Amino acid sequence: MHDRSRRSEDPLKQLRPTAVIPLGDVAAYVEFSRVLDLEVNEFVQRVAAAVRARGEPWIRDVVPALGGLALHFDPDFEGVVGDVAAELVERCLKEDLSPAEELGRDVEVPVCYDKLFAPDLEEVAAKTGVATEEVAARHAAGQYRVLMIGFAPGHAYMGGLDAKLAMPRRASPRARVEAGSVAIANEQSVIYPFAIAGGWNIIGRTPLTVFDAKRERPSLLSAGDRVRFRAISRAEFEGFGK
Amino acid sequence: MTLRVLRPGILMTVQDEGRHGYQHLGLCPGGAMDPVALTLANALVGNALDEAALEITVLGPDLEFGADTMVALCGAEFEASIPLNRPVLVEAGRLVHIGRAMRGARGYLAVAGGLPTEPVLGSRSTYLPGGFGGHEGRTMRRGDAIPLVANVAALSLERFQRLKGKSGRSVRWWAPPLTAPDREPILLHVIEGEHYGRFEAAAQRAFLDTIWSVGSESNRMGFRLGGAPLARPAPGESEILSGPTCLGTVQVPASGQPIVLMADHQTTGGYPRIAEIAHADVPRLAQLAPGGRLHFARCSLDIAAQLRKALRERLDAALHGIAWEYGN
Repeated sequence: MHDRSRRSEDPLKQLRPTAVIPLGDVAAYVEFSRVLDLEVNEFVQRVAAAVRARGEPWIRDVVPALGGLALHFDPDFEGVVGDVAAELVERCLKEDLSPAEELGRDVEVPVCYDKLFAPDLEEVAAKTGVATEEVAARHAAGQYRVLMIGFAPGHAYMGGLDAKLAMPRRASPRARVEAGSVAIANEQSVIYPFAIAGGWNIIGRTPLTVFDAKRERPSLLSAGDRVRFRAISRAEFEGFGK
Repeated sequence: MTLRVLRPGILMTVQDEGRHGYQHLGLCPGGAMDPVALTLANALVGNALDEAALEITVLGPDLEFGADTMVALCGAEFEASIPLNRPVLVEAGRLVHIGRAMRGARGYLAVAGGLPTEPVLGSRSTYLPGGFGGHEGRTMRRGDAIPLVANVAALSLERFQRLKGKSGRSVRWWAPPLTAPDREPILLHVIEGEHYGRFEAAAQRAFLDTIWSVGSESNRMGFRLGGAPLARPAPGESEILSGPTCLGTVQVPASGQPIVLMADHQTTGGYPRIAEIAHADVPRLAQLAPGGRLHFARCSLDIAAQLRKALRERLDAALHGIAWEYGN
């Protein structure tokens, strides 16, 4: 049944939804994996791009997440959203999905790892057994991919953190994390877009504005983007954009 | 032309029908917590149904209009100096007092021509966590001047002239309030959430058998529900992959106190999701103030779809009635 030559070119082409879960009666989640699998995650982003490109008028939002995608419908839509979402994804799977490289962009994010901006740097160093300066160097050396945007506008979950820096979230979240804070937990990195509560380990700060609703491209990052961090000095941070 | 805030009340923001199409960037649709009441208020003043209006919470404002302006206040039953649920022509310089909500929690004051604040990403809705949209991205303060359309007086008079059943500066008829709570606890229909099956039977039963109250720390992002905490799924069962959420998602954090996601909700979440409130029932939940009581009844997706259709039909009937009064 499968075209073998094709499968060897793109083994993920054969991925199928594992479940279609109603998110209430006007949205559905089409799941491809219940656990985080970076290849599945990338595939989900390609499917989401294909669904979005169809421009179905009764679909308001297409949200790629870690292991599947959510389709949010216009509440006046009269069909059974789960069935329609599943059919739509099926149709997209039969077509050629755009390669992942064409979806994401390459984004460089300057980060200042100065202690002033990195309240958890010492603790990360102590818990991982990696020297403080090396934590910053290892973080900046990584090649990351945005797995999902969620939690807050423009808040990117990025995979690709050096395994040596893997550690859990803080036991008690901070009531306020400054905007632009770069933080790590598990095997991911995030950037806080606004001053909000958060529980990840903060190791630096970017001078970039992560989310600006009045910008033509409101979010600095989108799912699928390839991200590199560049270490900058405190002076560079303070002079940034001036 | 402006309307002036003499006293802001508790939480007054500009809201329209929401900002759709940005959830993949982590931005929720937001908009009116009770879009049914917003729609009715707009229809009563002859606006497009999705125009921006003032969303008023629990304790209303004192407002002064800089020009003759037709307004309508819908949603919660507020103690107010103007009659509710009908078009009212307010004279220039006249004070409109809106006091406490007697029944329900959120009112929508629509004005003829809408509130021409600058749209952000296609919507005038105020998104408080991000500080944008509406009036400077924030709640109203004393002394604020909110813009009205330039021809608001002419527009208001012209529309008011067309109305049937006039009586002084208002009319003898009114639109039916469709979302204000009749009596508490209100009943909300829920569909099983993705992780419903991971909760033990006792927790599933407790979720449905508890009369919950809206917690004081509730806001436009979410309502925290007070009641005996629910036992969380066993470790292992409670480890879930962070995934998309929706308006009306009921999630259970470590405290065991459920949180219902409302208009300004996070677009993804990592807590177990026990239930999803039927879309048609969310505006009624939005009409509960802190302390308001509710309980849940399970329903199928099919019933949830029927509830949605039934609400749509009731709203359409009300809109036809209003159109008739306008001579359309």
